Amino acid sequence: MTPLILSLKTAGTATLIVFVTGVFLARIITRSRFPGKRLLESILMLPLVLPPTVVGFGLLYLFGNNGIIGKWLSEWFGVQIVFTWTGAVIAAIVVAFPLMYQSAAASFQRYNRNIENAALTMGASKWRVFWTISFPLAWPGLLAGLVLTFARALGEFGATLMIAGYIPNRTETIPLAIYFAAESGNNEAALFWVISILIIGLSAILWLNWWSERNILRFTSDK
Amino acid sequence: MLSIDIQKKLKSYMLDVQLQIDGEIAVLFGPSGAGKTTILNCIAGLNQPDAGQITLNGRQLYHGKAKHVPTPKRRIGYLFQDYALFPHMTVKKNIRYGGRDERLLSRLVNMIGIDHLLDNYPHQISGGEKQRVALIRALMTKPEALLLDEPFSSLDYDTKLACQHELQQLHESWNIPIILVTHDKEEAEKLGDQLLKIDNGKRVI
Repeated sequence: MTPLILSLKTAGTATLIVFVTGVFLARIITRSRFPGKRLLESILMLPLVLPPTVVGFGLLYLFGNNGIIGKWLSEWFGVQIVFTWTGAVIAAIVVAFPLMYQSAAASFQRYNRNIENAALTMGASKWRVFWTISFPLAWPGLLAGLVLTFARALGEFGATLMIAGYIPNRTETIPLAIYFAAESGNNEAALFWVISILIIGLSAILWLNWWSERNILRFTSDK
Repeated sequence: MLSIDIQKKLKSYMLDVQLQIDGEIAVLFGPSGAGKTTILNCIAGLNQPDAGQITLNGRQLYHGKAKHVPTPKRRIGYLFQDYALFPHMTVKKNIRYGGRDERLLSRLVNMIGIDHLLDNYPHQISGGEKQRVALIRALMTKPEALLLDEPFSSLDYDTKLACQHELQQLHESWNIPIILVTHDKEEAEKLGDQLLKIDNGKRVI
Protein backbone atom coordinates (compact mmCIF):
# COMPACT_ATOMS: atom_id res chain seq x y z
CA MET A 1 0.00 0.00 0.00
CA THR A 2 3.02 2.32 0.04
CA PRO A 3 2.14 4.10 -3.26
CA LEU A 4 -1.30 4.99 -1.89
CA ILE A 5 0.11 6.43 1.33
CA LEU A 6 2.91 8.21 -0.50
CA SER A 7 0.46 9.65 -3.02
CA LEU A 8 -1.91 10.91 -0.34
CA LYS A 9 0.98 12.37 1.64
CA THR A 10 2.52 14.09 -1.39
CA ALA A 11 -0.78 15.42 -2.74
CA GLY A 12 -1.95 16.45 0.74
CA THR A 13 1.21 18.41 1.55
CA ALA A 14 1.29 20.04 -1.88
CA THR A 15 -2.42 20.96 -1.67
CA LEU A 16 -1.99 22.56 1.74
CA ILE A 17 0.91 24.73 0.52
CA VAL A 18 -0.80 25.57 -2.78
CA PHE A 19 -4.05 26.47 -1.02
CA VAL A 20 -2.46 28.95 1.37
CA THR A 21 -0.16 30.61 -1.19
CA GLY A 22 -2.73 30.48 -3.99
CA VAL A 23 -5.50 32.10 -1.94
CA PHE A 24 -3.31 34.89 -0.59
CA LEU A 25 -1.60 35.63 -3.91
CA ALA A 26 -4.94 35.63 -5.73
CA ARG A 27 -6.48 37.96 -3.16
CA ILE A 28 -3.55 40.39 -3.27
CA ILE A 29 -3.09 40.36 -7.05
CA THR A 30 -6.78 40.63 -7.99
CA ARG A 31 -7.21 43.62 -5.67
CA SER A 32 -4.17 45.59 -6.80
CA ARG A 33 -3.13 47.37 -9.95
CA PHE A 34 0.50 47.51 -11.00
CA PRO A 35 2.49 47.41 -14.22
CA GLY A 36 3.18 43.87 -15.39
CA LYS A 37 0.15 42.42 -13.58
CA ARG A 38 -1.07 40.58 -16.68
CA LEU A 39 2.42 39.17 -17.29
CA LEU A 40 2.74 37.98 -13.69
CA GLU A 41 -0.67 36.28 -13.85
CA SER A 42 0.26 34.63 -17.13
CA ILE A 43 3.50 33.30 -15.64
CA LEU A 44 1.61 31.91 -12.64
CA MET A 45 -0.79 30.14 -15.04
CA LEU A 46 1.97 28.80 -17.29
CA PRO A 47 2.36 25.29 -15.80
CA LEU A 48 -1.24 24.62 -16.83
CA VAL A 49 -0.48 24.86 -20.54
CA LEU A 50 3.08 23.52 -20.58
CA PRO A 51 3.87 19.81 -20.98
CA PRO A 52 4.80 18.38 -17.55
CA THR A 53 8.21 17.47 -18.98
CA VAL A 54 8.95 21.16 -19.50
CA VAL A 55 8.03 21.84 -15.87
CA GLY A 56 10.21 18.88 -14.84
CA PHE A 57 13.11 20.20 -16.89
CA GLY A 58 12.69 23.64 -15.37
CA LEU A 59 12.64 22.17 -11.87
CA LEU A 60 15.81 20.17 -12.58
CA TYR A 61 17.42 23.35 -13.83
CA LEU A 62 16.52 25.11 -10.56
CA PHE A 63 16.75 22.31 -8.00
CA GLY A 64 19.23 19.91 -9.63
CA ASN A 65 22.51 19.37 -7.80
CA ASN A 66 24.09 21.93 -10.12
CA GLY A 67 20.96 24.06 -10.39
CA ILE A 68 20.70 27.61 -9.12
CA ILE A 69 18.75 26.79 -5.97
CA GLY A 70 19.82 23.14 -5.69
CA LYS A 71 23.52 23.99 -5.53
CA TRP A 72 22.93 26.60 -2.85
CA LEU A 73 20.74 24.23 -0.81
CA SER A 74 23.29 21.41 -0.89
CA GLU A 75 26.28 23.66 -0.17
CA TRP A 76 24.72 25.53 2.72
CA PHE A 77 22.29 23.04 4.21
CA GLY A 78 23.37 19.70 2.78
CA VAL A 79 19.85 19.28 1.41
CA GLN A 80 19.15 17.44 -1.81
CA ILE A 81 15.88 17.84 -3.71
CA VAL A 82 16.40 15.59 -6.72
CA PHE A 83 15.29 11.97 -6.22
CA THR A 84 13.56 12.74 -2.92
CA TRP A 85 10.02 12.92 -1.64
CA THR A 86 10.43 16.73 -1.33
CA GLY A 87 11.07 16.80 -5.07
CA ALA A 88 7.78 15.02 -5.68
CA VAL A 89 5.99 17.57 -3.50
CA ILE A 90 7.61 20.49 -5.35
CA ALA A 91 6.58 19.01 -8.71
CA ALA A 92 3.00 18.60 -7.49
CA ILE A 93 2.96 22.18 -6.14
CA VAL A 94 4.12 23.75 -9.39
CA VAL A 95 1.80 21.72 -11.60
CA ALA A 96 -1.29 22.14 -9.41
CA PHE A 97 -0.80 25.81 -8.45
CA PRO A 98 -2.53 27.36 -11.51
CA LEU A 99 -5.76 25.50 -10.79
CA MET A 100 -5.94 26.90 -7.26
CA TYR A 101 -4.88 30.37 -8.34
CA GLN A 102 -7.45 30.51 -11.12
CA SER A 103 -10.30 29.30 -8.90
CA ALA A 104 -9.34 31.69 -6.11
CA ALA A 105 -8.93 34.72 -8.39
CA ALA A 106 -12.35 34.05 -9.94
CA SER A 107 -13.96 33.56 -6.52
CA PHE A 108 -12.67 36.89 -5.21
CA GLN A 109 -14.10 38.70 -8.22
CA ARG A 110 -17.48 37.01 -8.18
CA TYR A 111 -19.09 39.08 -5.43
CA ASN A 112 -19.73 42.81 -5.21
CA ARG A 113 -16.65 44.73 -4.08
CA ASN A 114 -18.82 47.11 -2.05
CA ILE A 115 -19.56 44.27 0.38
CA GLU A 116 -15.92 44.47 1.50
CA ASN A 117 -15.98 48.27 1.36
CA ALA A 118 -19.05 48.32 3.60
CA ALA A 119 -17.18 46.27 6.21
CA LEU A 120 -14.24 48.68 6.03
CA THR A 121 -16.50 51.69 6.61
CA MET A 122 -17.83 49.88 9.69
CA GLY A 123 -14.37 49.97 11.23
CA ALA A 124 -13.21 46.43 10.40
CA SER A 125 -9.49 45.88 9.80
CA LYS A 126 -8.31 44.37 6.52
CA TRP A 127 -7.71 41.03 8.27
CA ARG A 128 -11.15 41.01 9.79
CA VAL A 129 -12.68 41.82 6.41
CA PHE A 130 -10.71 38.97 4.83
CA TRP A 131 -11.71 36.34 7.39
CA THR A 132 -15.32 37.38 7.97
CA ILE A 133 -16.31 38.58 4.49
CA SER A 134 -13.94 37.71 1.63
CA PHE A 135 -13.06 34.17 2.66
CA PRO A 136 -16.60 32.94 3.45
CA LEU A 137 -17.99 34.53 0.27
CA ALA A 138 -15.24 33.02 -1.87
CA TRP A 139 -15.34 29.66 -0.07
CA PRO A 140 -17.44 27.69 -2.62
CA GLY A 141 -14.95 28.58 -5.37
CA LEU A 142 -11.97 28.06 -3.07
CA LEU A 143 -13.23 24.61 -2.16
CA ALA A 144 -13.64 23.70 -5.83
CA GLY A 145 -10.07 24.87 -6.39
CA LEU A 146 -8.91 22.85 -3.40
CA VAL A 147 -10.44 19.62 -4.73
CA LEU A 148 -9.09 20.21 -8.26
CA THR A 149 -5.66 20.97 -6.82
CA PHE A 150 -5.66 17.78 -4.81
CA ALA A 151 -6.80 15.72 -7.79
CA ARG A 152 -4.16 17.26 -10.03
CA ALA A 153 -1.42 16.77 -7.43
CA LEU A 154 -2.51 13.16 -6.98
CA GLY A 155 -2.27 12.52 -10.71
CA GLU A 156 1.05 14.28 -11.30
CA PHE A 157 3.41 12.08 -13.32
CA GLY A 158 5.73 13.77 -15.83
CA ALA A 159 7.42 16.41 -13.73
CA THR A 160 7.55 14.07 -10.74
CA LEU A 161 9.36 11.40 -12.74
CA MET A 162 11.92 13.93 -13.94
CA ILE A 163 12.77 15.52 -10.59
CA ALA A 164 11.95 12.79 -8.07
CA GLY A 165 12.54 9.72 -10.21
CA TYR A 166 11.13 6.28 -9.49
CA ILE A 167 12.46 5.08 -6.15
CA PRO A 168 10.27 2.38 -4.59
CA ASN A 169 9.03 3.30 -1.12
CA ARG A 170 10.33 6.87 -1.43
CA THR A 171 8.98 8.54 -4.53
CA GLU A 172 6.71 5.80 -5.83
CA THR A 173 3.35 7.55 -6.08
CA ILE A 174 0.35 5.84 -7.70
CA PRO A 175 0.85 7.28 -11.23
CA LEU A 176 4.49 6.15 -11.19
CA ALA A 177 3.52 2.75 -9.81
CA ILE A 178 1.03 2.33 -12.68
CA TYR A 179 3.59 3.27 -15.31
CA PHE A 180 6.35 0.99 -14.02
CA ALA A 181 3.98 -1.91 -13.29
CA ALA A 182 2.62 -1.74 -16.85
CA GLU A 183 6.17 -1.36 -18.24
CA SER A 184 7.31 -4.53 -16.52
CA GLY A 185 4.23 -6.47 -17.60
CA ASN A 186 2.66 -6.59 -14.16
CA ASN A 187 -0.83 -5.75 -15.40
CA GLU A 188 -2.54 -6.92 -12.25
CA ALA A 189 -0.73 -4.38 -10.07
CA ALA A 190 -1.24 -1.65 -12.69
CA LEU A 191 -4.98 -2.35 -12.82
CA PHE A 192 -5.21 -2.30 -9.02
CA TRP A 193 -3.69 1.19 -8.88
CA VAL A 194 -5.74 2.41 -11.84
CA ILE A 195 -8.93 1.38 -10.07
CA SER A 196 -7.87 2.93 -6.76
CA ILE A 197 -7.04 6.30 -8.34
CA LEU A 198 -10.34 6.19 -10.27
CA ILE A 199 -12.23 5.66 -7.03
CA ILE A 200 -10.42 8.51 -5.24
CA GLY A 201 -10.91 10.93 -8.15
CA LEU A 202 -14.54 10.05 -8.73
CA SER A 203 -15.49 10.31 -5.05
CA ALA A 204 -13.78 13.69 -4.74
CA ILE A 205 -15.71 15.11 -7.69
CA LEU A 206 -19.01 13.52 -6.64
CA TRP A 207 -18.66 14.94 -3.16
CA LEU A 208 -17.76 18.40 -4.48
CA ASN A 209 -20.78 18.48 -6.80
CA TRP A 210 -23.09 17.33 -4.03
CA TRP A 211 -21.70 19.92 -1.64
CA SER A 212 -21.86 22.76 -4.20
CA GLU A 213 -25.49 22.08 -5.02
CA ARG A 214 -26.35 22.30 -1.35
CA ASN A 215 -24.35 25.41 -0.49
CA ILE A 216 -23.55 27.65 -3.44
CA LEU A 217 -27.12 28.88 -3.95
CA ARG A 218 -27.33 30.26 -0.44
CA PHE A 219 -24.09 32.20 -0.83
CA THR A 220 -24.72 33.76 -4.22
CA SER A 221 -28.44 34.41 -4.37
CA ASP A 222 -27.95 37.98 -3.16
CA LYS A 223 -25.35 39.79 -5.19
CA MET B 1 -18.89 69.83 10.83
CA LEU B 2 -17.69 68.12 7.68
CA SER B 3 -15.63 70.22 5.34
CA ILE B 4 -14.45 69.06 1.96
CA ASP B 5 -12.21 70.61 -0.64
CA ILE B 6 -10.91 68.00 -3.06
CA GLN B 7 -9.49 67.70 -6.54
CA LYS B 8 -9.08 64.45 -8.44
CA LYS B 9 -8.28 63.79 -12.06
CA LEU B 10 -10.76 61.35 -13.57
CA LYS B 11 -10.80 59.83 -17.05
CA SER B 12 -12.71 62.53 -18.90
CA TYR B 13 -12.83 65.46 -16.49
CA MET B 14 -11.38 66.98 -13.34
CA LEU B 15 -13.31 66.50 -10.10
CA ASP B 16 -13.15 69.72 -8.10
CA VAL B 17 -15.63 70.12 -5.23
CA GLN B 18 -15.86 72.26 -2.12
CA LEU B 19 -18.57 71.96 0.51
CA GLN B 20 -19.23 72.42 4.20
CA ILE B 21 -21.95 70.65 6.14
CA ASP B 22 -22.95 71.21 9.71
CA GLY B 23 -25.48 68.70 11.09
CA GLU B 24 -27.65 69.06 8.02
CA ILE B 25 -28.52 67.06 4.91
CA ALA B 26 -26.59 68.07 1.82
CA VAL B 27 -27.87 66.60 -1.41
CA LEU B 28 -25.61 66.01 -4.38
CA PHE B 29 -27.62 65.62 -7.54
CA GLY B 30 -26.86 65.55 -11.20
CA PRO B 31 -26.61 63.14 -14.14
CA SER B 32 -25.03 59.72 -13.75
CA GLY B 33 -21.30 59.73 -14.35
CA ALA B 34 -21.01 63.27 -12.97
CA GLY B 35 -18.66 62.14 -10.19
CA LYS B 36 -21.13 61.97 -7.29
CA THR B 37 -20.18 58.49 -6.09
CA THR B 38 -16.49 59.29 -6.47
CA ILE B 39 -16.97 62.23 -4.10
CA LEU B 40 -18.55 59.92 -1.51
CA ASN B 41 -15.76 57.36 -1.98
CA CYS B 42 -13.13 60.04 -1.42
CA ILE B 43 -14.85 61.15 1.80
CA ALA B 44 -15.07 57.53 3.02
CA GLY B 45 -11.42 56.93 2.11
CA LEU B 46 -12.19 54.25 -0.50
CA ASN B 47 -10.72 56.49 -3.20
CA GLN B 48 -7.92 58.95 -2.74
CA PRO B 49 -8.14 62.49 -4.13
CA ASP B 50 -5.07 63.99 -5.85
CA ALA B 51 -5.09 67.11 -3.69
CA GLY B 52 -7.13 69.09 -1.16
CA GLN B 53 -8.37 68.33 2.31
CA ILE B 54 -11.20 66.67 4.23
CA THR B 55 -11.91 67.53 7.87
CA LEU B 56 -14.55 66.04 10.17
CA ASN B 57 -15.26 67.68 13.56
CA GLY B 58 -11.75 69.10 13.66
CA ARG B 59 -10.15 65.78 12.72
CA GLN B 60 -8.12 65.91 9.57
CA LEU B 61 -9.02 62.86 7.44
CA TYR B 62 -7.14 63.81 4.34
CA HIS B 63 -4.61 66.47 3.54
CA GLY B 64 -2.76 66.25 0.24
CA LYS B 65 -0.01 63.66 0.19
CA ALA B 66 0.71 64.19 3.89
CA LYS B 67 -2.32 62.60 5.49
CA HIS B 68 -4.73 59.84 4.51
CA VAL B 69 -6.68 58.29 7.39
CA PRO B 70 -7.67 54.73 6.35
CA THR B 71 -11.37 53.96 5.90
CA PRO B 72 -11.90 51.93 9.13
CA LYS B 73 -10.65 54.83 11.26
CA ARG B 74 -12.76 57.59 9.68
CA ARG B 75 -16.01 56.93 11.56
CA ILE B 76 -18.12 57.72 8.52
CA GLY B 77 -21.19 55.59 7.82
CA TYR B 78 -21.78 54.67 4.19
CA LEU B 79 -24.97 53.32 2.65
CA PHE B 80 -24.14 51.88 -0.77
CA GLN B 81 -26.52 52.08 -3.69
CA ASP B 82 -26.98 48.30 -3.75
CA TYR B 83 -26.90 48.23 0.09
CA ALA B 84 -23.99 45.72 0.10
CA LEU B 85 -25.47 43.64 2.90
CA PHE B 86 -23.37 40.61 3.84
CA PRO B 87 -25.26 37.81 2.06
CA HIS B 88 -23.92 35.05 4.31
CA MET B 89 -25.00 36.68 7.57
CA THR B 90 -28.44 37.12 9.10
CA VAL B 91 -29.89 40.62 9.42
CA LYS B 92 -28.92 40.63 13.09
CA LYS B 93 -25.31 39.68 12.36
CA ASN B 94 -25.17 42.30 9.62
CA ILE B 95 -26.34 44.97 12.04
CA ARG B 96 -23.98 43.91 14.82
CA TYR B 97 -20.91 43.73 12.57
CA GLY B 98 -19.77 47.27 13.26
CA GLY B 99 -21.13 47.87 16.76
CA ARG B 100 -22.53 45.80 19.62
CA ASP B 101 -24.38 48.39 21.66
CA GLU B 102 -27.54 46.37 22.44
CA ARG B 103 -29.51 49.39 23.67
CA LEU B 104 -28.83 51.29 20.49
CA LEU B 105 -29.69 48.20 18.47
CA SER B 106 -33.10 47.73 20.07
CA ARG B 107 -33.83 51.46 19.86
CA LEU B 108 -33.06 51.58 16.12
CA VAL B 109 -34.76 48.27 15.35
CA ASN B 110 -37.95 49.35 17.14
CA MET B 111 -37.94 52.81 15.62
CA ILE B 112 -37.57 51.51 12.05
CA GLY B 113 -39.71 48.43 12.76
CA ILE B 114 -37.61 45.56 11.47
CA ASP B 115 -37.57 43.42 14.65
CA HIS B 116 -39.37 40.57 12.85
CA LEU B 117 -36.56 40.32 10.26
CA LEU B 118 -33.56 39.82 12.53
CA ASP B 119 -33.13 36.10 11.84
CA ASN B 120 -33.63 36.35 8.07
CA TYR B 121 -30.88 36.39 5.46
CA PRO B 122 -30.63 39.39 3.10
CA HIS B 123 -31.96 37.46 0.10
CA GLN B 124 -35.13 36.70 2.04
CA ILE B 125 -36.18 40.34 2.58
CA SER B 126 -37.54 43.04 0.26
CA GLY B 127 -35.74 46.05 -1.22
CA GLY B 128 -37.23 48.50 1.28
CA GLU B 129 -36.30 46.22 4.14
CA LYS B 130 -32.73 45.92 2.83
CA GLN B 131 -32.48 49.70 2.73
CA ARG B 132 -33.64 49.91 6.36
CA VAL B 133 -31.23 47.18 7.49
CA ALA B 134 -28.32 48.88 5.71
CA LEU B 135 -29.21 52.21 7.33
CA ILE B 136 -29.38 50.71 10.82
CA ARG B 137 -26.15 48.80 10.16
CA ALA B 138 -24.38 52.05 9.26
CA LEU B 139 -25.76 53.85 12.33
CA MET B 140 -24.69 51.07 14.72
CA THR B 141 -21.08 52.19 14.30
CA LYS B 142 -22.12 55.59 15.78
CA PRO B 143 -20.71 57.46 12.80
CA GLU B 144 -19.85 61.15 12.89
CA ALA B 145 -21.16 61.61 9.36
CA LEU B 146 -23.32 59.57 7.01
CA LEU B 147 -23.04 59.06 3.25
CA LEU B 148 -26.02 57.77 1.28
CA ASP B 149 -25.59 56.78 -2.36
CA GLU B 150 -28.97 56.82 -4.13
CA PRO B 151 -30.55 55.01 -1.18
CA PHE B 152 -34.10 55.10 -2.52
CA SER B 153 -33.56 54.60 -6.24
CA SER B 154 -34.58 50.94 -6.38
CA LEU B 155 -37.69 51.29 -4.21
CA ASP B 156 -41.34 51.56 -5.27
CA TYR B 157 -43.09 54.88 -4.70
CA ASP B 158 -44.79 54.17 -1.36
CA THR B 159 -41.74 52.48 0.17
CA LYS B 160 -39.60 55.37 -1.02
CA LEU B 161 -41.83 57.93 0.74
CA ALA B 162 -41.79 55.87 3.95
CA CYS B 163 -38.01 55.49 3.85
CA GLN B 164 -37.48 59.18 3.14
CA HIS B 165 -39.66 60.02 6.11
CA GLU B 166 -37.68 57.66 8.34
CA LEU B 167 -34.43 59.25 7.23
CA GLN B 168 -35.74 62.72 8.15
CA GLN B 169 -36.82 61.44 11.57
CA LEU B 170 -33.47 59.77 12.17
CA HIS B 171 -31.66 62.91 11.15
CA GLU B 172 -33.63 64.97 13.66
CA SER B 173 -32.57 62.76 16.54
CA TRP B 174 -29.06 62.07 15.27
CA ASN B 175 -28.04 65.45 14.01
CA ILE B 176 -24.88 64.52 12.11
CA PRO B 177 -23.84 65.76 8.67
CA ILE B 178 -25.44 63.64 5.96
CA ILE B 179 -24.55 63.65 2.27
CA LEU B 180 -27.16 62.10 0.04
CA VAL B 181 -26.59 61.40 -3.64
CA THR B 182 -29.55 61.25 -5.99
CA HIS B 183 -30.45 61.95 -9.60
CA ASP B 184 -34.02 62.75 -8.60
CA LYS B 185 -34.60 66.50 -8.42
CA GLU B 186 -37.83 66.19 -6.43
CA GLU B 187 -36.10 64.04 -3.81
CA ALA B 188 -33.21 66.48 -3.69
CA GLU B 189 -35.51 69.42 -2.97
CA LYS B 190 -37.56 67.49 -0.43
CA LEU B 191 -34.66 66.21 1.70
CA GLY B 192 -31.84 68.65 1.21
CA ASP B 193 -31.01 71.57 3.49
CA GLN B 194 -28.23 72.28 1.05
CA LEU B 195 -28.45 71.45 -2.66
CA LEU B 196 -25.45 70.93 -4.88
CA LYS B 197 -25.83 70.17 -8.53
CA ILE B 198 -22.78 68.33 -9.80
CA ASP B 199 -21.91 68.08 -13.46
CA ASN B 200 -18.62 66.91 -14.95
CA GLY B 201 -17.07 66.84 -11.50
CA LYS B 202 -17.89 70.44 -10.62
CA ARG B 203 -20.54 72.22 -8.65
CA VAL B 204 -22.84 74.07 -11.04
CA ILE B 205 -25.41 75.33 -8.48
